[in-house]
Amino acid sequence: MAAAAHETQPATQHATTTGIDNRKVMMWIFLASECLFFGALISTYLIFKGDSLVGPYPKEILNIPVTSTSTFVLLMSSLTMVLAVYGAQHGRLGMMKVMLLATILLGLGFLGFQAYEFTEFVHEGLGLTTNQFGTSFFVLTGFHGTHVAVGVLYLLSLLVASNRRTGLGRDRALHIDIAGLYWHFVDVVWIVIFTIIYLIPN
Amino acid sequence: MATAIGVMTHAEEDTGLWSWLTTVDHKRIGAVYTVAGFIFFMIGGLEAVAVRTQLAVPNGTVLDADRYNQFFTMHALTMIFLAIMPMGAGFFNYFIPLQIGARDVAFPRLNALSLWIFLGGGLLLNSSFFLGGAPNGGWFGYAPLSSIEYAKTSGMTFYVVGLLTLGLSTLIASLNFAVTIINMRAPGMSMMRLPVFIWMVLVVAFLLILSLPVLTVGLLQLYFDRVWGTSFFSPATGGDPILWQHIFWIFGHPEVYVLILPSMGIVSEVLPVMSKKPLFGYSAIVFAGAAIGVLGFGVWAHHMFTTGLGPVPQVVFSASTMAIGIPTGIKIFNWLGTMYGGNIRFVTATYFSVAFIALFTIGGISGVMHASPPIDGHHQDSYFVVAHLHYVLFGGAIMGIFAGLFYWFPKMSGRMLDETLGKIGFWIMFVGMNLTFFPMHFLGLAGMPRRIYTYDADLGWDTWNMVATIGSYTIATSVLIFVINVIKTMRKDKDAGDDPWGGATLEWATSSPPPAHDFDVIPEVRDRDPLWYDRDHGIARAAVPEHNHIHMPPPSYFPLIVALGALLIAVGSMTHLSVLGLGAVIAIYGVWGWALEPTD
Repeated sequence: MAAAAHETQPATQHATTTGIDNRKVMMWIFLASECLFFGALISTYLIFKGDSLVGPYPKEILNIPVTSTSTFVLLMSSLTMVLAVYGAQHGRLGMMKVMLLATILLGLGFLGFQAYEFTEFVHEGLGLTTNQFGTSFFVLTGFHGTHVAVGVLYLLSLLVASNRRTGLGRDRALHIDIAGLYWHFVDVVWIVIFTIIYLIPN
Repeated sequence: MATAIGVMTHAEEDTGLWSWLTTVDHKRIGAVYTVAGFIFFMIGGLEAVAVRTQLAVPNGTVLDADRYNQFFTMHALTMIFLAIMPMGAGFFNYFIPLQIGARDVAFPRLNALSLWIFLGGGLLLNSSFFLGGAPNGGWFGYAPLSSIEYAKTSGMTFYVVGLLTLGLSTLIASLNFAVTIINMRAPGMSMMRLPVFIWMVLVVAFLLILSLPVLTVGLLQLYFDRVWGTSFFSPATGGDPILWQHIFWIFGHPEVYVLILPSMGIVSEVLPVMSKKPLFGYSAIVFAGAAIGVLGFGVWAHHMFTTGLGPVPQVVFSASTMAIGIPTGIKIFNWLGTMYGGNIRFVTATYFSVAFIALFTIGGISGVMHASPPIDGHHQDSYFVVAHLHYVLFGGAIMGIFAGLFYWFPKMSGRMLDETLGKIGFWIMFVGMNLTFFPMHFLGLAGMPRRIYTYDADLGWDTWNMVATIGSYTIATSVLIFVINVIKTMRKDKDAGDDPWGGATLEWATSSPPPAHDFDVIPEVRDRDPLWYDRDHGIARAAVPEHNHIHMPPPSYFPLIVALGALLIAVGSMTHLSVLGLGAVIAIYGVWGWALEPTD
């Protein structure tokens, strides 16, 4: 265990006042900012709930079984992310890389479900400007999807960089850990969005 | 991937344009912020003078209605986002590391990135004058007046995209400052030993971090309404204009404290030093500042009393607004208590600080008047509100910034600003400020509405409007005197020495201007006023070790590249998708090069 502790606290790390790396502190504060970003989008959705002047209305169009499946896929990606962090912190690089790849694939899977869902909605007559539900739904879930896509690019960058000769360097565990914070946040926000849009009856 | 490095060479010299474009030194970045902010301050001032010239006499013909709308909108946007905030950011950049005893901010390259994005955003916003008309819907951009059906020119699209760009810059800078203050303090610099200026910056950083995302969402929604035909804010198709007001003011009110708190911090630095005694009630002023920050998120709807909120929200927001007067009042008594019994040196910085207290108090009192919904119903959209906000922002924020300029100019340049010119300029500014804005109280109570481009002669508003216009020219004269003072000062030899004021905080423990690495030896902090403590206890400054190798981060051009990409994304969102795509590619290239660039 002593070796493990040493892995997470590289000796060369700059001394900080709190003992936590600057980059990790920044990610935490950035996520606080993101809470307000999604808070404003979710509030807008709630304010426009029931304000659609024309159909299709949410209960006619939302496909709860399909989106439950995609939610499951995204939640599993948090599990693989935790395992990637574990691998990075314990020097098990093979595990780290496989789990990063799994997280990326699950994230892409979620995005695939979202693309399918958006296409289906458009086929059924719900576009961005059709009604207030369409507007607030597409903007809220679209920005969430953008966050997942950014997360996929982020993890992909780490995966590619970890295959360089020097790997991720001595801050390897830290890099994966910080990416994990972002990934879990995007995941948790989805649980809130899923509950509000799909599970609470209209 | 490694090919991303080495396309261009790093600056080897520390002079010349390329060294400034690639700098990651917080002092250089702070200096550029301050100078750019001051140039925008003069541009915004000229816009104000044009507005006042139009209003000097009834039925004025200097500006037509459309041009007038552009000028008052750009005056507000320029002063808030391009002048007061960047001049504040200049001080933050320069003095956070110096006051907390660090060698740089936590993320030097991010610091450069926020500077370049800010400059790009400022140019983008101002270029609208030449590209079909500037924003003309007020800095608050009330929808649907800012929606495409009522604002057909591209002006309000510039507003949306410009503010999103500036918001990105501000968010990056705020994250950087917050992490720096939390994590980069010198040994012994506990939170309750931080200079009050640093505390106020920390509150400002968190206000921005938590309020900017809300504005971002509102601006994106307005963008979708204008460009993609959604109806977030158009009532005809189910949208809600009041939603825009809520979103805007949830950002907009904390923003007011973003503008004033840095000046409160500056005055809290100047007054103890000039009174030669420690700040009176340090913890009270720190907690009052934090309380203002927290309460600042719970008062936004007082901007919306006349929208028909209903009695309960009116009472709640009225009470919370009045409550915010308490911590503000505490601070005023702290400053008075600091001066009381002190051996006060009346230098120009003291003049501006004392004027800050007096003028800010007037603005604060008229602010508490608006907290009462029935009175607000009378004041709403009248010149009384214009008088109030200018007493707070000019009498408060700008006076505080000038106090900071006179106080810190010796540290930043090594030269003392001319005191005689400074005091002459101060009095002209003080008189001009009151001449301009005090009559607006009378105009407002006499029923003159805001944002009208002209008025008839028989309404009884002629005299005070002429007085206010004369006042605005007086202010312009005082700003000119300050510019002359700076030019004159920069031409003389360095005469300031390390510590011309007998300061208490760490920035005075290094040379003026400081070396690139700030401190030869990181100081150890033993008290709230570390330099006074060391002086009184006979503790000498630590000797510089013989082999003093200090590692500073190398310059980088990647911030410039990422900022260019961000700017092209912004331009592309108003013009063509291909420009946006090009911007995205450049930004991603920049981020990759950035991540792989060695910083050792």
